Amino acid sequence: MYKTEVRGPLILGDKNYRQISSDIIAPIDQPIPTWWKAVFGVSMLATLFGVYAIYTTLVVGIGSWGVNNSVGWGWEIINFVWWIGIGHAGTAFSIFLLILRQKWRTSINRAAEAMTVVAVGCAALFPALHMGRVWLMFYIFPYPNTRGPLWVNFNSPLFWDFIAITAYLLISASFWYFGMVPDFATIRDKTTSKVKRAVYGFFAFGWTGSSREWLRYEALSYVLGGIAAVLVVSVHSIVSTDFAVSVIPGWHTAVFPPYFVVGAIFSGFAMVMTLMIIIRKIYKFQDYVTDSHLNAIAKILIFVSLIMGTAYATEIFMAWYSGSTYEMFTFFKNRITGDYTFQFWAMVVCNAFIPQLFWFKKVRQNLTIAFIISLLINVGMWYERFNILITSLSKDYLPSSWTVYSPTWVEIGIFVGTLGMFVAGVLLFFKYIPMIAISEVKSILKVTSINKNEKTNASHE
Amino acid sequence: MENKYWKSLEEFNNEPDNSPDTDKFPSGKNLLEIIDEEIEGKPSSRRNFLKFVGFSVATAAIASSCENPVKKAVPYLNKPEEVTPGMANHYASSYFDGSEYSSVVVKVRDGRPIKIEGNTLSPITRGGSSARVQASVLSLYDNESRLKGPSKAVKDFAWQILDNEITAKLKEISGAGEKTVILSSPIISPSTRKLIGEFISTYPGTEHVVYEPVSFSGMLQANKLSYGEPIIPFYHFDKAEVVVSFGADFLGTWLAPIEFAHDYSVMRSLTDGEKRLSYHVQFETGLSISGSKADTRFPVKPSEMSGLLIGLYNQLATLAGKTAINGGSTHEALPGIADKLWKNQEKSIVVSGSNDINEQIVVNAINELLMNQGKTIDYSSPYLTKQADDSKMEELVKQMNSNQVGGLILWNVNPVYDHRDSEAFVEGLKKLKLSVSLNSVKDETLAHVTYSAPAHHYLESWDDAEPIKGFFSLAQPAIRPIFSTRQKQESLLKWMGKEPDYYAYIKNYWLTDILKSGEAAWTKALQDGVHQIENATRSIGFNAESLSVAVSALNAYPAASGFEVSLYQNLSMGNGQHTNNPWLMEMPDPISKICWDNFASISPASAEKLGIAKDAIIKINDFEIPAFVQPGQAEGTISIALGYGHTAFGKVADGVGKNAFKLTGFSNGNRTYSFSGTEPALVAGEYKLATTQMHHSMEGRPIVRETTLSKYQQSPDSGNELHAEYEEKHTTLYKETEFTGHHWAVAIDLNKCIGCSACVIACQAENNVPVVGKQEVMKSRIMHWIRIDRYYNGDPANPGVVFQPLMCQHCDNAPCENVCPVSATNHSSEGLNQMAYNRCVGTKYCINNCPYKVRRFNWFKYANNEKFDYNMNSDLSRLVLNPDVTVRERGVVEKCTFCVQRIQEKKLLAKNEGRRLEDHEILPACGQACPSKAIVFGDTNDPESEVSKLIKDPRNYHLLEELHTLPSVSYLTLVRNKAEEEA
Repeated sequence: MYKTEVRGPLILGDKNYRQISSDIIAPIDQPIPTWWKAVFGVSMLATLFGVYAIYTTLVVGIGSWGVNNSVGWGWEIINFVWWIGIGHAGTAFSIFLLILRQKWRTSINRAAEAMTVVAVGCAALFPALHMGRVWLMFYIFPYPNTRGPLWVNFNSPLFWDFIAITAYLLISASFWYFGMVPDFATIRDKTTSKVKRAVYGFFAFGWTGSSREWLRYEALSYVLGGIAAVLVVSVHSIVSTDFAVSVIPGWHTAVFPPYFVVGAIFSGFAMVMTLMIIIRKIYKFQDYVTDSHLNAIAKILIFVSLIMGTAYATEIFMAWYSGSTYEMFTFFKNRITGDYTFQFWAMVVCNAFIPQLFWFKKVRQNLTIAFIISLLINVGMWYERFNILITSLSKDYLPSSWTVYSPTWVEIGIFVGTLGMFVAGVLLFFKYIPMIAISEVKSILKVTSINKNEKTNASHE
Repeated sequence: MENKYWKSLEEFNNEPDNSPDTDKFPSGKNLLEIIDEEIEGKPSSRRNFLKFVGFSVATAAIASSCENPVKKAVPYLNKPEEVTPGMANHYASSYFDGSEYSSVVVKVRDGRPIKIEGNTLSPITRGGSSARVQASVLSLYDNESRLKGPSKAVKDFAWQILDNEITAKLKEISGAGEKTVILSSPIISPSTRKLIGEFISTYPGTEHVVYEPVSFSGMLQANKLSYGEPIIPFYHFDKAEVVVSFGADFLGTWLAPIEFAHDYSVMRSLTDGEKRLSYHVQFETGLSISGSKADTRFPVKPSEMSGLLIGLYNQLATLAGKTAINGGSTHEALPGIADKLWKNQEKSIVVSGSNDINEQIVVNAINELLMNQGKTIDYSSPYLTKQADDSKMEELVKQMNSNQVGGLILWNVNPVYDHRDSEAFVEGLKKLKLSVSLNSVKDETLAHVTYSAPAHHYLESWDDAEPIKGFFSLAQPAIRPIFSTRQKQESLLKWMGKEPDYYAYIKNYWLTDILKSGEAAWTKALQDGVHQIENATRSIGFNAESLSVAVSALNAYPAASGFEVSLYQNLSMGNGQHTNNPWLMEMPDPISKICWDNFASISPASAEKLGIAKDAIIKINDFEIPAFVQPGQAEGTISIALGYGHTAFGKVADGVGKNAFKLTGFSNGNRTYSFSGTEPALVAGEYKLATTQMHHSMEGRPIVRETTLSKYQQSPDSGNELHAEYEEKHTTLYKETEFTGHHWAVAIDLNKCIGCSACVIACQAENNVPVVGKQEVMKSRIMHWIRIDRYYNGDPANPGVVFQPLMCQHCDNAPCENVCPVSATNHSSEGLNQMAYNRCVGTKYCINNCPYKVRRFNWFKYANNEKFDYNMNSDLSRLVLNPDVTVRERGVVEKCTFCVQRIQEKKLLAKNEGRRLEDHEILPACGQACPSKAIVFGDTNDPESEVSKLIKDPRNYHLLEELHTLPSVSYLTLVRNKAEEEA
């Protein structure tokens, strides 16, 4: 049997199985709170703004954006990579901790996976929108056709991207969904509303909770987990090849695949932390999402932040070490100094320095500061993508083509729209889906009850 | 016979059918209502549901997919012999707009001219052209600006009544002993000169006054004083080892730039093992393209020119053992220049762009000292394109205002816009009994004249030209007149009471006066477009007297104070008569890279002194204009381009820039284009100029490789050492593509490229490149497929300037190709980097991954869009589009194709004729237009082709060759003839 002497109790409050079910299902059964309606309203407004911006893009053209002859990609690709990065956490979190049999993940993985699905959905919007003729997007599907047949260019990173994102979205969504089946069954069984019983019953696939079902459920989790683990690494590596395969200074870098994957995990974990703090606060899930969970995430963030700092330093070193004047210009004259100094240093400070505050226990335990830091990390990660995209393109090989880029309201609108979509998606998740994996939490209840008398000593050290 | 069936007795009896319409379509009902009834009548079933779903889907699919707009294409009933649909015809013609001449070939597709090319048979322009010549085809289709028929007081009128009224008025004026004046731009048409002579004898008292907004009046008069004749000689830059120019932008706008560019490039060519270069010194105020090409350039104030000229004369006089004259500058560079000139007697040219008689006389004296007359400066074949005597125009305005003129016929002139005192001219017009404008476009003068008898565009006209004495050329119509216009000459003939048939007139004149031969010679002249008569060589004596008068006058000029303002013509706008041409309006100035505006260039140091930053506006006297900090501008001076600031010239021109003609002056009997004694003041506010290049230094990168002549003589690959290194390191893991058939390539000689931008407009005309407008240019979204990159190096006060034409490099290892997810851009078996517009989904990845940034994206729908109301928004202006080139849709990427349509055309021709393609047979639009022949296209698989030889030249290199993109375009290093320490 799995022991948790090191971790301490994973669930506080001396719960029994029934309490767990009712605690977690409570938000689904209770009427919709006012704050939820208000925030959902705001997020829908943001989404509508985004829809209008998308409408403008489709009707007027990419010309409604700020991109130009030299900077062909702007906010849309920055946001794409940013969302994909955030969308990394859920699956990375669940899968790696699942494979490593880290049971403390159980109270967090559901929210992380939900976030992944919503974020990847937001991300997937951008590669479609950035096309000049989005109505011909099907050209990038490798389907047999009567034009020869004319195949896609299998050498193009954009095609790899398309495959990687599609696969990742499908596997993440499946993994998330199959994990929820037992919980849907629990809701079905507990709820008094006929409608809910019917709806959740439908999604529960007639789950009865028999041993055989549990056996298959576990097997499926591991199979999907195994596949997803590979995808977690591949999807952002492949996104990074959009840049790494090119000839542009600052893009043409072998360090990009690992650097992007780590960056994605970084931003994803930061977003998980943001969400978990919110969930704890609003839904009073302190007993499930304990201080020690946040403590653990904060420690991971310190570690990843160090890798990020190393990656930035490596890039700069390699630019100098390569002796390429173009690389050197990009890093030393267009990032560290130059027009985009603010964006560069915002990236470095937010990603490499600020998370180091988590070395202090007081900072880790102060949820307000932790919350702010988790947000700053995602701001920093956004600037990282801005740096990669804009500084490299705006001043590349021929100074005659150097230019500047600034977004228009349309690009900002689409971004605001995806933020709205994300918040709305997360709110729907809060309301209609058990935020914590009930069955999985139950599976660790016995273990934690052993330590129930020592909870004052609980910590990760 | 068919059986006739009947369905009712009424029908059988031919009675009206009163039966209810059961089997017909119910009247007054639409399809939806019928469907509704159908549905209502029947019980809903799955079968019905499927039926209607199937119907709706099929209808929707048909309605949305079968978008076939009806186009009326009517075939010929009787096909003209020479017209084959889809095949272009070429007609030789002549372009002359009153200042610039070019012998041209007009490409006509299906009855409409679509492209102007230089005529290679011309001994003058030799196939070269300029941006303005290239753009002239677009003004043919200017729906808005061209006059569509005769008018009286700006109201539409009939030709018949107009002719009667004008003839009556002319008779009345002539009968009353008053005079009519024909105010024209220079007339180089010999037949028209004869016609005007006849007109004058029909209406005695008629005078012909020639008016030019930017005149050579001072030079004409100076030559009259020096040589007894007001003529402008021909300059043989191809024989000049040393060229010293005082403010004459002879490669850009001065006198005959197309010819000079060609001749100059001959002396700047280092191919074929040539080891010498001409030496070119330029003294100038604003930075011009001539100054950019010069080996040594000195920024000087306009007022310093006369001193420099006298100084140079004195240096040379000392060397010649003659007595020096009073005054003159002791500029430190003068002894060296004099020395070089003295060593190259009979092989040098000294020119001045000044319109001052006295300065031009000193120039004459210098050239006499150097014995250049008859060698590099040829008075036997004088230039006839400059004819204006500014004092005559001044006098005319005075006479008009004192009621001494009865009638005025305006011939291709727009004085209300470009005369220095347009108010006086307008006042004078009011006092006339008759004022007629023969101009073909709406202009500022139109509103002030009574009659408008609009002329044809030159592509609709018969004409002839004699730009240089003895060098004749013909112009023939390439299209039937689009509007109800009439040839200018025919209007005169009509008013003289003669048969208005100028074709007969011109042919008769040519047969009797020029060809002195039969029909065959006429046909040949018409086909070739050119005809030459040998001039007897002669030398004319120099009147030394004129020099002393001139020098004492120059020494008596008041000393200049304060800031000096110099007004110049830029390459796109010239004197402002093409301002409504959107192609020219969007052509970036080769130096400042600004389009869609004129501005006050000011030197960096002066700008700092006056506190002028980016986007500032300054005020010069009462003239407010955006300021632009221009490296190389002479200290304490301001340069402003003429030709902008129109108020009634068309939607492109109106309100763009400021009209600097208001600042021109008049002194010593000539117009002056510079003045001193002003203090520019900063005005509150901000004005953004649209520029296509924001960074001006090469940042130490080996982009334009430059060396000096002496280094080149020691080792021809000087400055280009990197090339050999990269060639040596050239290696790849992959199998290299082999091109077994043709392998197209371009070599560009940076020594020959003068930055004139003729290629830019030629490419735009050939490839249907859209105009995007100032706002889009400011967003770095200009669409040009070829651009001229300009870099500065050295001291901002007087930088070195280099030009580099850049189009798609057609890399054989193209970074754009492997990143396209849909293979829309790919490589042809002949080495072309191709774009399949139909396949492009517009990811723009190729744009990002192109290290040369030559790919262009269709940000908007540029054709048929009110927001881009330039030349693709009306049926008429779209006639200029080349049917061989697709008009690109919104959202696709485009770029230079090496004019693939031309390659295919010539390949097909050679195949049909069963022969090999010849070198130079295929000319891309840029290479064809280039007056200095800097762009050479050809097949590298043909070892004898010129491009193959150029690629083997030690000066040859590829741009960014370290990236191993293997471009098909290569460049030849720039070599300047300057001393080592300066380099």
